[in-house]
Amino acid sequence: MTSGSERTARDGIRTVAPLAIAVFAFGITYGVLARGTGMGAFAPVVMSLTTFAGSAQFAAVTVLGSGGSAATAILAAALLNARYAPIGVSVAPFMHGSVWSRFLHAQLIVDESWAVAAEGEGRWNPRVLLGAGLGIYVAWVVGTAIGVIFGDLIGDPNRLGLDAAFPALFLALLAPQIRNRVSIAAALLGAAIAIALTPFTPAGVPIVAASAACLIGLVTKDGA
Amino acid sequence: MSSATAWIVVIGSALATMALKAVGPVVLGGRPLPDRLTRIVALLGPALLAALVATATFTTEQDIVIDERLAGVGAAVVALSFRAPVLVVVIVAAAATAVLRALT
Repeated sequence: MTSGSERTARDGIRTVAPLAIAVFAFGITYGVLARGTGMGAFAPVVMSLTTFAGSAQFAAVTVLGSGGSAATAILAAALLNARYAPIGVSVAPFMHGSVWSRFLHAQLIVDESWAVAAEGEGRWNPRVLLGAGLGIYVAWVVGTAIGVIFGDLIGDPNRLGLDAAFPALFLALLAPQIRNRVSIAAALLGAAIAIALTPFTPAGVPIVAASAACLIGLVTKDGA
Repeated sequence: MSSATAWIVVIGSALATMALKAVGPVVLGGRPLPDRLTRIVALLGPALLAALVATATFTTEQDIVIDERLAGVGAAVVALSFRAPVLVVVIVAAAATAVLRALT
């Protein structure tokens, strides 16, 4: 296995494969849920192809399923995905090529591909981001299609503990990024902000606000 | 829900998400960030991933809850401390939660 900035798109696919299996299962869950709210069979799959952001799609469909308006559903999705603005800024220095190429590469940013493409000290590998993003994309879209088609046979996915698979997945992605006292402090502060705001703000806001925890990088020395 | 509503949501959330993902790479692409900003974005991973762990473990919509998921995450911590591969960590968490849920 190559390390550091030598990693290629193929390394990205290889690294992300175990995560893609979890995302595939999550995609099936989304397909089942979306079909159940009366979105039809086609719209949930097109949403996975074009929005490609799991938690936001779940939120939008949940809003629709509970009788919310289209505007509320779109707002929920946008709030949950607002974290992709700072995430996009973090990888921007490593994305070269034309505006269109950068636009298309940016669409492959999801939490998982971004996390495995991280190389520490504020550097990201764009080839790993591409390979990992494509792997997650295929898993997510195919999973959605299977959930939509075979939803009736699958039943309640939480019976299988799938709702605990996601915090575990994010924890496994977090572990290698905890390198020193500053990163531990940022992680604890981020988690505390998110939990503290949850009862008082719409879904998505706590996660966006948690990104403010990285501002402690301004007041501490590297490696402290 | 009408199919028009479903399609409005599909198109609206796609446009919003594409724009949010692309704004950094399209506007700033290829140019290095100032040093201070690099120090900040280096901590974005720990901050956001920890927030996702916390909300996915302890919240259901706007309520803070402690349920079977916490046992799953605890099992994941144990698996990680043994340097288990990611897929094993995820399966251990799901299995612990499913078993506890079946028993209670």
